Amino acid sequence: MRAVQNNGRARPQGAPDGSARRPYHSSDEFPPGVSEWPNDLSRRDFLRLSAATVALAGFGACTKQPVEKIVPYVKETPEIVPGKPLYFSSATTFNGYAQGIIVKSREGRPIKIEGNPDHPASLGATTIWAQADLLDLYDPDRAQAVMRGENISTWNDFLRDLDVVLQAQQTGAGAGIRVLTEPFRSPTLSRQLQMLLQKFPQAKTHTWSPIAPNESQHTYDFSKAKVIVALDSDFLYMHPAALRHAHDFASTRRITENQMMSRLYVAEPTPTVTGSNADHRIAVAARDIRAIAEAIAQNGRVAPALDAWVRAGTQDLLANRGASVVIAGETQPPVVHDLVAKINEQLGNFGSTIINSPAGPTNHVDSLGQLVEEMKSGGVDLLVILAGNPVYNVPADIDFEGALKKVKLSVHHTLHANETSHLCHWLIPAAHFLESWSDGCAFDGSISIVQPLIQPLYANVSVHEVVGALIERPVRSAYEIVRETWQSRNPTPHFEDDWRRALSDGVFAAETSEPSSSLAGSVEQIANRKSQIEDSVEVLFRPDPSVLDGRYANNGWLQELPRPFTKLTWENAALISPALAAREKIDNGDVIELEFRGRKIKAPIWVQAGQAENSVTLHLGYGRTEVGRIGRHAGFNAYALRTSDALWFGDGMTIRKTGEKHSFAMTQQHHEMEGRDFLRTGTLAEFLAEPKRIAKAEEEPARDETLYEPNEYEHRGYAWGMVIDLGTCIGCNACTIACQAENNIPVVGKYQVARGREMHWIRVDTYSSGKREKPRFEHQPVPCMHCEHAPCELVCPVGATVHDNEGLNLQVYNRCIGTRYCSNNCPYKVRRFNFLELNNNLSPTEKLVKNPEVTVRCRGVMEKCTYCIQRINAARANAELEDRQIRDGEIIPACAQVCPSEAIVFGNIHDPNSRVSKLKRSPLNYGMLAELNTRPRTTYLAKMRNPNEALVISEL
Amino acid sequence: MNAHDASPGTDHGSPTLSPLGYPTNLFAGKETFEGVNETIGSVVLRDRQPRPWWIGFIIAFMLLMVLFLAISWLLIRGVGIWGINIPVAWGYAIVNFVWWIGIAHAGTFISAILLLMFQHWRTAINRFSEAMTLFAIACAGMFPLLHLGRPWVFYWILPYPDTMKMWPQFRSPLVWDVFAVGTYFTVSLLFWYLGLVPDLATVRDRARKKWQKIFYGVLALGWRNSAAHWQRHQIAYLLLAALATPLVLSVHSVVSLDFSVAQLPGWHSTIFPPYFVAGAIYSGFAMVITIVIPVRKIYRLENLITLRHFNNMANVMLVTGLIVAYGYFIEAFMSWYSGDIFDQYMMTNRVLGPYGWIFWLLMLVNVVIPQALWSARVRRNLVALFLVALSINLGMWLERFVIIITSLHRDFVPSSWGMFFPTIWDWATLFGSIGLFLTLLFLFIRFLPMIAISETRELVAEPQKAMTL
Repeated sequence: MRAVQNNGRARPQGAPDGSARRPYHSSDEFPPGVSEWPNDLSRRDFLRLSAATVALAGFGACTKQPVEKIVPYVKETPEIVPGKPLYFSSATTFNGYAQGIIVKSREGRPIKIEGNPDHPASLGATTIWAQADLLDLYDPDRAQAVMRGENISTWNDFLRDLDVVLQAQQTGAGAGIRVLTEPFRSPTLSRQLQMLLQKFPQAKTHTWSPIAPNESQHTYDFSKAKVIVALDSDFLYMHPAALRHAHDFASTRRITENQMMSRLYVAEPTPTVTGSNADHRIAVAARDIRAIAEAIAQNGRVAPALDAWVRAGTQDLLANRGASVVIAGETQPPVVHDLVAKINEQLGNFGSTIINSPAGPTNHVDSLGQLVEEMKSGGVDLLVILAGNPVYNVPADIDFEGALKKVKLSVHHTLHANETSHLCHWLIPAAHFLESWSDGCAFDGSISIVQPLIQPLYANVSVHEVVGALIERPVRSAYEIVRETWQSRNPTPHFEDDWRRALSDGVFAAETSEPSSSLAGSVEQIANRKSQIEDSVEVLFRPDPSVLDGRYANNGWLQELPRPFTKLTWENAALISPALAAREKIDNGDVIELEFRGRKIKAPIWVQAGQAENSVTLHLGYGRTEVGRIGRHAGFNAYALRTSDALWFGDGMTIRKTGEKHSFAMTQQHHEMEGRDFLRTGTLAEFLAEPKRIAKAEEEPARDETLYEPNEYEHRGYAWGMVIDLGTCIGCNACTIACQAENNIPVVGKYQVARGREMHWIRVDTYSSGKREKPRFEHQPVPCMHCEHAPCELVCPVGATVHDNEGLNLQVYNRCIGTRYCSNNCPYKVRRFNFLELNNNLSPTEKLVKNPEVTVRCRGVMEKCTYCIQRINAARANAELEDRQIRDGEIIPACAQVCPSEAIVFGNIHDPNSRVSKLKRSPLNYGMLAELNTRPRTTYLAKMRNPNEALVISEL
Repeated sequence: MNAHDASPGTDHGSPTLSPLGYPTNLFAGKETFEGVNETIGSVVLRDRQPRPWWIGFIIAFMLLMVLFLAISWLLIRGVGIWGINIPVAWGYAIVNFVWWIGIAHAGTFISAILLLMFQHWRTAINRFSEAMTLFAIACAGMFPLLHLGRPWVFYWILPYPDTMKMWPQFRSPLVWDVFAVGTYFTVSLLFWYLGLVPDLATVRDRARKKWQKIFYGVLALGWRNSAAHWQRHQIAYLLLAALATPLVLSVHSVVSLDFSVAQLPGWHSTIFPPYFVAGAIYSGFAMVITIVIPVRKIYRLENLITLRHFNNMANVMLVTGLIVAYGYFIEAFMSWYSGDIFDQYMMTNRVLGPYGWIFWLLMLVNVVIPQALWSARVRRNLVALFLVALSINLGMWLERFVIIITSLHRDFVPSSWGMFFPTIWDWATLFGSIGLFLTLLFLFIRFLPMIAISETRELVAEPQKAMTL
């Protein structure tokens, strides 16, 4: 059999060592002579031979099948109890920074990633990407075999090839060896690269990632910040410490007896999760951020058109010296960071709200530019690309692809075969972080050991083994290499104990440096570098909120996760302000031609409220050409416009209408609330004046306004309920994807999303209110309300949706016949229907990702949020074994567990001391659409803002 | 309009035969009982069918095959082949269901209520409209089953002794639907069949071929035309008519509760039961007129089905149409008067939203155009009447579209608002169901007496009844 051709590139299909590797010899089956007809064959001979043939053919059935004995556990592995999960701590990375995780494993396969509560970058929460990493592990489109060009090869063949080059390099001290990595913070990898440089002093390592910031960030403590000014910084979402930030920020947004709310000012060119949580947000072009920073640095004196915002913000900052943070976005140039550092220093924030300072800026573009120059000159004999996809994602003015062809031996170590591996001589399939040993360092320097939970599914190789292959023979395992790193740092006898504790805890502290500000110059000097404000259209390049730089392009969970504001799925769009759209007479779905620095692309547009007037946002990571089945034909490639001098934004883009139309698939089409008050908001001042007015909970119907028994679901045992705090929900979507992972929610694809058939059990609705140029954004996570008077239950003809005595609104899949009446009668529209068979053509690995505790639903049945009933029952089983009540906090639904700001709280509302009961007694508590007499068990805390009195009038 | 249409008895020639073999003028010559038997009964016994029948049948049968294709694909893939989604979880299947159920109302209304009221003009069209009722219920009944996510377990909705001791959930209007539609179908079938029995016996007695003798013999249930038979037959027939009469009111009332019971703005309305019943009779008569006008023309039944029939039917349509128009008005008024913002938005959206054009089309075809029926000239002009009836057929379908789809597509929480776009399979199922209806109708014309032989004989014996035509 031949390997199936795919875009001109041989790909392994099915098992890597299976039929695809075996050469097919057409002659094997028929030895020479068999097909020739002998001349002297008589009739008798013919009959004799025929008889013999038939008889022998019969013997064929007697072929002995290979004996494959299955053996039950004779002695059970002590830790593996069938049906009981095991948890292991490990770490995932975001832009190279580690985030601690705890991975749940069932019968030897990882099935869920949760945050590690002890890890400073996680505190028990995870990002959407950490959730989605699980799906990547089981992705059938992963690179599965060592490939030499178009052919499947082996690791040993690769080593032989490598040895030839390394031998030749011995003479020149490795002058032809280059290693290109993504930004990493793995102590082991950096030790290995040091060793490589020792062995080959002339070798060089380079770093490139299209989305890693050039400026490394400070470490902030937002829990102490009363005033935060964010300048084009998405510190709550697109940041290595985002989870920590969200947690700390949320802690300042809750009103307690001894604490008032913090205030967040955001100036940004395109709506971000951070911007949507601002008390005062202004949309300004990215190029104007510098002027704002300058104005703040000069105590708000120099103020362009945005003076009110700047003046109010500056005054607030000055009033909160030492308890404020000014933070600049990673996409802003060094000059802005210098200004911001100066401002923070003047405010005395270093040491209080800013704990740690960065290691110093690194310039990835220069590093990459050097490498490409050397490659072009033919001086690179061996290029090892560790992860990443430079052919696809380097700036358009750097011809990496052309340079790569001049490299004598190029090796790509990657999780997925991509545009780069297509052009490299060797592809080494990378082991997923759940398959291999490694280590990592978090934003604050704490260390985590990455430990594997499963044997590599295919012929995957760890990055440490690849680098090890450059250094030594025999190549040692990643385990030995990682262990050696830490043993060399801790050569004491209790290393073994420390190692075990580090593995079990998932985190241990490392050295930290003292906070300091590093200034490029004084404020006066900076101010002299005058910014020019032009009227031309500015282009912004941003990592996609889901697929980042394209690395997650083949991840269905992320592709289908609605982007925070547009609610687009499966593709990117050029985000354009309403004013610009009106000027150019274009609307959603119009395809425009964008021209920037002489390069052109076509992109469909999306008119986004809150976008800076002259800024067009292009999200990176789409338009991939060499990608698996999920990411194919999705979006447009914004890298084609990106140049090394305009990595994040640049002036002078022109747009031209083409007349073509494009249809998007989004999960929310209407972003206005139409004057309805299911999402209640208020200000701190209103709350202080009259605490109960904001939630208006008293308008709900009395309990006995029903034809049926009013206390039908009152029961003295547990009564499960949930409170969602809209004030602390930042709108990051993590709950949606965590729920998808926990509850086996299928991915439906772009077409089905466009048809309105996405399956998410919890969605995050985003509304904008106010003027279109200056909108306020509100997020509202909506799971099933578990109404006590559930409208869905009344109308089901077969009783497939019923209440249990603990107040759960249950969906009995086996009983459901699919009339969909329940969904029609659900005012919240949280029910999801299997319009088609969505779990049909799953590959064997895709089946492994399913949670064995949750039914996989078939076609034709309704499903919805269950409050993670499997977790309730697991806790119940434990409590009953120990003969006690279930403790408060013992049951955490997947959405609540992943939430970085702890906005979702679940528990027993019959227990007056439970967290959920206390929150339900809050004056801000209200039931969504409770006026319909549904008596929802999921209630909300109204969203509070803390606007500056001085600005309220100007914003009206 | 030609002279045939004026009244029976104006054509004084010898009985001429239509292509189907029915006499164009039953009462013209010296019509005897035997003559009636011969002329009507022999039609179904003939081997060769005339060209108009074949043309109609083939077209209907092709549409039926489209339906089979659509159903096969539906069973293979699931209801996802349709345009339904969340929030619009009910689409064409339910629109079609309510539409067909409405159409099914005319037959029983004509047969049972008019029988009880001694309206003898019904004789010419009652058998035909009863058959229409049955076939319309068959079409309607198909949809709730097909629209299920798992149609193979449809019987869970029935109360049957289950080893798991599971019962239907009787608070759900869908369970009421099953009983209402099931009862209506059963009673309609019995009523129709009971009326057919004497005619089947007539055909059996005249049959020459063996299969015909067996076929009609079995169906005739041993009818021997004895006085005792007739006495019991007439009592049973009247009783069934009395039973069927309340059903005309109950079926569509129950169907309307599918919507009224839900709390969706646009559905949750107390006016639905009477308004749906009026709409049902409205659409039923429109469908009878739509079918009878071409059938009468092709089979030359002008003397049996006269302008007076059409005039009466048009009057019924005018009255029920005005009730329906009143329903539209009251719905709009109540949504404003309620002061409920969800209800008010529903009405605004219905009129001005993305499906607003369907609402205005509905107003045109279902309210404005039928006002032409005030004019006696329109009621007696078959071309005009046919067009008005077509317009009402379309209008009643649109009404259900407006109620079901525009109410669902924008309800309480704007984030969930969506649009419904029908797919080719939605259309295939709709037109396929029309194919099923027409196929059954053509088979009925071919194999069963389209006009009640026994009742026609009655008219021969008692010509004064015929004169009331």
